[in-house]
Amino acid sequence: MTAKKTTKTKTSAHKPASTQSSSSVGSSTKNSKHSAELWISMLKEMIFYRRFEERVLAAYTQQKFSGFCHLHIGQEGLCVGLQRALDAKDYMISGYRSHTQAIAKGIAPLAVFSELFGKASGCSGGKGGSMHMFSKDKRFYGGHGIVGGQAPIAVGMGWKIRYSKEQHVVVCYLGDAAMNQGQVFEAMNMAAVWQLPVLFVIENNLYGMGTHIGRTTTIGATQQYKRALAFDMDHSQVNGQDVLTVYDHMSKTIKRVRKGVPHLVEALTYRYKGHSVSDPSLYRSKEEVNSYKDDHDPIKTLAKRLQNDGITDEDSIRAWDKEIKAELKSIEAQADKAAPPDKALAYHHVYSQ
Amino acid sequence: MPTMTFREALLDAMHIEMQRDPHVFLMGEEVAEYDGAYKVSKGLYKQFGSMRVVDTPISEAGFAGVGVGAAMAGLRPIIEMMTWNFGIQGFDQIINHAAKMRYMSGGQFDMPLVFRGPNGAAHMLSSQHSQYVEAMLVNIAGLKVVCPSNPADGKGLLASSIRDNNCVIFLESEMMYSHTGDVPKGEYLVPLAKGVIRQQGQDVTLVSWGKALWKVMGYLSDIEKQLGISVEVIDPRTLQPLDIELIANSVRKTHRLVVVEEGWGFASVGSEIAAHITQLCFDDLDAPPFRVSSSFVPMPYAENLEHEVMPQKEDVLGAIKHISYL
Repeated sequence: MTAKKTTKTKTSAHKPASTQSSSSVGSSTKNSKHSAELWISMLKEMIFYRRFEERVLAAYTQQKFSGFCHLHIGQEGLCVGLQRALDAKDYMISGYRSHTQAIAKGIAPLAVFSELFGKASGCSGGKGGSMHMFSKDKRFYGGHGIVGGQAPIAVGMGWKIRYSKEQHVVVCYLGDAAMNQGQVFEAMNMAAVWQLPVLFVIENNLYGMGTHIGRTTTIGATQQYKRALAFDMDHSQVNGQDVLTVYDHMSKTIKRVRKGVPHLVEALTYRYKGHSVSDPSLYRSKEEVNSYKDDHDPIKTLAKRLQNDGITDEDSIRAWDKEIKAELKSIEAQADKAAPPDKALAYHHVYSQ
Repeated sequence: MPTMTFREALLDAMHIEMQRDPHVFLMGEEVAEYDGAYKVSKGLYKQFGSMRVVDTPISEAGFAGVGVGAAMAGLRPIIEMMTWNFGIQGFDQIINHAAKMRYMSGGQFDMPLVFRGPNGAAHMLSSQHSQYVEAMLVNIAGLKVVCPSNPADGKGLLASSIRDNNCVIFLESEMMYSHTGDVPKGEYLVPLAKGVIRQQGQDVTLVSWGKALWKVMGYLSDIEKQLGISVEVIDPRTLQPLDIELIANSVRKTHRLVVVEEGWGFASVGSEIAAHITQLCFDDLDAPPFRVSSSFVPMPYAENLEHEVMPQKEDVLGAIKHISYL
């Protein structure tokens, strides 16, 4: 047996909500190895996801579709920063708060919107809905509705990578509350035992539905990365609200995962909306929510920085926002007009013929 | 045709399928270095190595999910559950994930995945090691459920299950591993979803599967002799999808149906068959379909109690007498 080197990288301490400070100084664009174009495209992408989810919420409120609908608003920094660190052939699997992760992985926004509307042109043929976006082609292996259930499946994909001697990685998104599921522990253990290229990503938005994560774990609400200690697995923590930090951290981390070293990264983040659209969020204060919106918003943080560094200005940002809103309006209209699945399709896809 | 044990027949199927398709691998508790808890995988690890015959931690939910993920990514896993009692730990992955993945993704993902292992009571293993899972799993759309009753079918059905692009639940039995029978050599396939008439008869249709069928075949000729009637025996072999037409055609001839299952009868495979036949053959029936199953209690330990609650020869005899108005 050779000793396995474990790494733990704390890039930014995001304190628990009750003691949240207002300072959020991430990395600067100055002296960065990345280009201004990259920063701007990240900013635009985050704005796109914000507006996408707002449009989804509006459509839901107008009763254009139904079912459970979980929005990702506030968590765009992790989604964009991590995706930029991946290759197109890398595998990704997630939970049910995954509309924008699916888009980031390459599924057309129209296919996601159409799926929400239960249309045949949806990325799951109108048979999955909000919680089950899929694209085999883009290697987005779902949107899954059972908390933590995706973790062993991710390990199975890691096994395939090793079996076929591929150079890919698997990204397994998990919510903080999934860290209390037995299957997740079984999955991490197997990934560690077999040294599979799986990156487990905890999106720690502090709440499992209406329960603060601190009420259901003894290791500290914002110390979920410690779960990896049980498996002597590489682990780290990153400020998910700072897309630049996320990108740099994930790029570095994924290099190691690609060599077959599984890793658990905890990204500290926050959701602005309720658990699902029907949740009025009575379990947390307005002040708490506003403190994240005002001081830790991934879009505001990057926009401010780019403006300070003279890379862009408010007028440009406003113009992009306008363009994005117009594009999304058109996407929603197209999804709205698309045809629902033929009734006969209810009986297809039960078995492979 | 060589004679093989049920265990050897299953091994033969896995061996042949692993040789012909490099995507097939076996994973489970003790399947590799230990050669299998019941020696079904004996020798495979030595031949195929640790990537294709894989020992797992005792984490049924976890490695069931590994099978799901590997299948989605293009491999063809065989996942051994040391017994289906432990397999229940993996039901979330089987029911919520494996069974639904193709459907809820709009047909994007095949699920070429076999979960196999012994099902039901063996002998004096008490309540937690005697569960029959077929009634639970036939209720899940998207799964196939297969239950062979002899070595040749064991080989042919397992090979077909491995080649199938759907998730197949393959139900074996501890008590059957040492049963012997003639088994065709080389590649051998028995089609899924097709039942077979085990014995032609005129007066009563008897449907049974797996170990229960094997037991019935052991004493049926005594019963026939004693009652002076001839019984047509049907082995559906696959319980989901069920070859109900084969059963219905037989009942249209005999006008009587007995179903013998070792599992519990409430909302069971037997009750499903009885309901179908009542609907399909109502005018053909000379008596209500009759079901023989285990008493509705958890499986007891003591030998006499276990014997008491499980279907025995006299129960089958009584059932046939009853519906024949003898």
